[in-house]
This record gives sequence, structure tokens and C-alpha cells, in this order.
Amino acid sequence: MEFEPKIIALVCTWCTYAGADLTGTSRIKYAPQVRVVRVPCTGRIDFMYLLQAFNQGADGVIVSGCHPADCHYTSGNLHARRRWIVFRKLMDFVGIDTRRVFFAWVSAAEGAKWAQLVNDVVATVRQLGPYEEYRSLIPAHARPEVAA
Amino acid sequence: MTGLRERAKSLLESGRVQVVIGYEEGSAGRVRPAFVRHPTQADTLVFDDRCVQNLAVYPLKPEVRELGTAALVATPAALRAVLQLAAEHQLREGEVVVLLPTPGGLKVLESFSQMEEEAKMSFQGPSPEEKSRVEGIATLPREARWEYWQGQFSRCIKCYACRAACPLCYCSQCIVEVNQPQWIPVLPHAWGSMEWHLVRAMHLAGRCVDCKECARACPVGIPVDLLNHVLREEIASQFGTRAGLSATASYALSTFDRRDREDFIR
Repeated sequence: MEFEPKIIALVCTWCTYAGADLTGTSRIKYAPQVRVVRVPCTGRIDFMYLLQAFNQGADGVIVSGCHPADCHYTSGNLHARRRWIVFRKLMDFVGIDTRRVFFAWVSAAEGAKWAQLVNDVVATVRQLGPYEEYRSLIPAHARPEVAA
Repeated sequence: MTGLRERAKSLLESGRVQVVIGYEEGSAGRVRPAFVRHPTQADTLVFDDRCVQNLAVYPLKPEVRELGTAALVATPAALRAVLQLAAEHQLREGEVVVLLPTPGGLKVLESFSQMEEEAKMSFQGPSPEEKSRVEGIATLPREARWEYWQGQFSRCIKCYACRAACPLCYCSQCIVEVNQPQWIPVLPHAWGSMEWHLVRAMHLAGRCVDCKECARACPVGIPVDLLNHVLREEIASQFGTRAGLSATASYALSTFDRRDREDFIR
């Protein structure tokens, strides 16, 4: 059976979540392999969420929120951007596959961009294959059931 | 050393401080931390090449605070730790006197501005050896980096000595002890150990003052300081700030610059 990637998307409620909604209301079809987790702001996305996504069996993670200067809380996304700069460096240094972590700005008006992003991510991760390397660390009793 | 003992004595006699935190002879030719509370005990203090432990881990401990104002025998790294603790509002002006032995004699630093001046002057940045160690890992292919660090993390026994030794790890409740929700798996398997080390490095990002006490404390010899090194240099190059050189600097990750890079964001 062909591998279907599991993608977790951590999105802010004000821009990307609304943008993803627009994708739907615009009747744009896109890859169904994405599971959206809505948070108040990208500034709310602790770096631990990314690790938790991989723990839960994700093969790829999308982190997306408002463009700079668009943040509902003025600067949450700018704080988040700094955190990502630093955390990406750390992930990269310890050998976590950063090709599986995607950062984006998707506004509430960018329904088409969201569809394009998810399609791109699914295609990229499908090429990379399941993230067995990370999952193999998790002891059997704690391993999530990754249903097909 | 005589200067140090004399100064410790006079600080205690005058009542300026109630305790001098320094080093004394321990067992097997090693030194150990000493908490000198009486002028007559000051003669036990020593300072030489063996005195590398960062004693700035002690002034925040409730049982040490209880003793009163402290003087701290400090290495340059411990001095930076004191400044960083001040920047994080953990130490007040005048609460700690720094006794800094230098080749030119003992320096007594009473105010944060004196400490800042000294820290900035003595700061040298990472050594070429350290840079090449990091470079050696960073230039490996990704899979080899993963292998390397999994090999290191799998030896971790989760004793948290790296946390206990760190002057900046002062949270009264650490995220590893939080179990609702359980963020970090407790058992010392490869998975939980990796998460612990990533969390430790991230929580010290922009705060680590490069004393390497974590690596020295590690009983199994994991080079945990290299994780801190990478983030410290990244923050210095991206945001232009270094922890431990100012008593008033803001935390690099609680601020931002509109020009921060975003070439990795779609």
C-alpha cells in the first residue's frame, strides 16, 4: 500500500485557521492528510508542540500564522519567529530531519496559499517517507497507533 | 590567595557580608565549595587552577539566602552568571559581592556596573578548540549527527546533574517534574533523554553564560554544553546579544526585531 503521510498543522486561529476555512468555502480541493490544531497565536506554540507532534506519529509538521504586522496580538508572530530561528538550529544540530518541519505565513485571505502549502508539504513528506527514525526511539508501550 | 583570605576576613568582620562562598581543600586533592560564615574560618579558602566550579549556583538557594548577604569567589564565567541572574531579577544590587581573582590580583566588585565593566573586558568568546568540536559535529551529514547525538543521549541516566549544577536553572518547579500533562517522558530511554536535553538547551537559549558546568557535572560525560554553545552562537550572530554581559539586558527570546530573518518561512 502506498505510504500516506500524517501531517500535523499548528495554526493560529486568526489568520491561518481562517485562511484554511476560506480554502474550504472557496471549494478548493487539497490533500486530506493534514490534521489541523488551532491555537490562539503562533506565539502560543511552544517548541515542545513540534516534538509532541512527532511523538504522536506525525511524519511532518506545519507551523503557520499571521504575516508580520498582521498579528492579532501585535507581536506574537514576531516572538514566535525568533523562537523558530533558535529551535530550528537546535533541531538541525541534533539531526532531527528539519525537511519535515515547515513554517509559513498564511493570512485569512490566502485560502489558495494554504491549499498550495498543504499539497507541497504532503508531496515532500511522501517523498521522504515515514519518519521511522524518530518513532523508533519511542518505546513500544508509548508508541502511538499510526493507522493507515 | 592571601589577598582573598584577607578580603574575606574583612568583609565578614565589617558585617558587609554574612557568608563567603568560595573553595576549600576537599578530599583526594580536589577542592569543594566552602561557605565561610566566621572570619576565623577564612583561612580555609583556596583559589587555584582546580577551582573551576561555577559557585553562582548557590546564592539563590533558600538555605544560602537565609544566611544573609554573600560574597562569591568567582571565575569569569561565574561573574557572567551573577550578571545574568541580575538581568533576570533574581539578584538585587548589593546582594552579592563578587571576589574575582585575576592574574593582577583580587578584584572586589560590589556594584553591577563594576561587574558589567569587568565581564565585558574579560569576555573572550568560545575557544578555537570548542569551535572546532562543534564544527566537527555540525558538518556531519544529518543522519550522522542524529546517530552521534542518539549515542550520547542514550547514555543519559536522567540524574539532572546538568540542571542542578547550572546557576540559571533556578525554577522551583522544572518542566520535567510537571506530570499533568507529562511533557517529558520520565524514563531514561533514548526518547525521553533526547527530549530532556532539547528542553534544557531551549530553556537556556539566550540565558546560558558559557560556564560549562553542565558538561563537567555530567557523570556519563555527555557534551551537553555543545547544545548550549550552538544556541548561544546562533543568538549572538542572529540577534547580536550575549547573556551575562549586562545586568539589565532583556531576554533574547522575549523580544524581537522586525528585521529578524525569515528566509525559512514560506
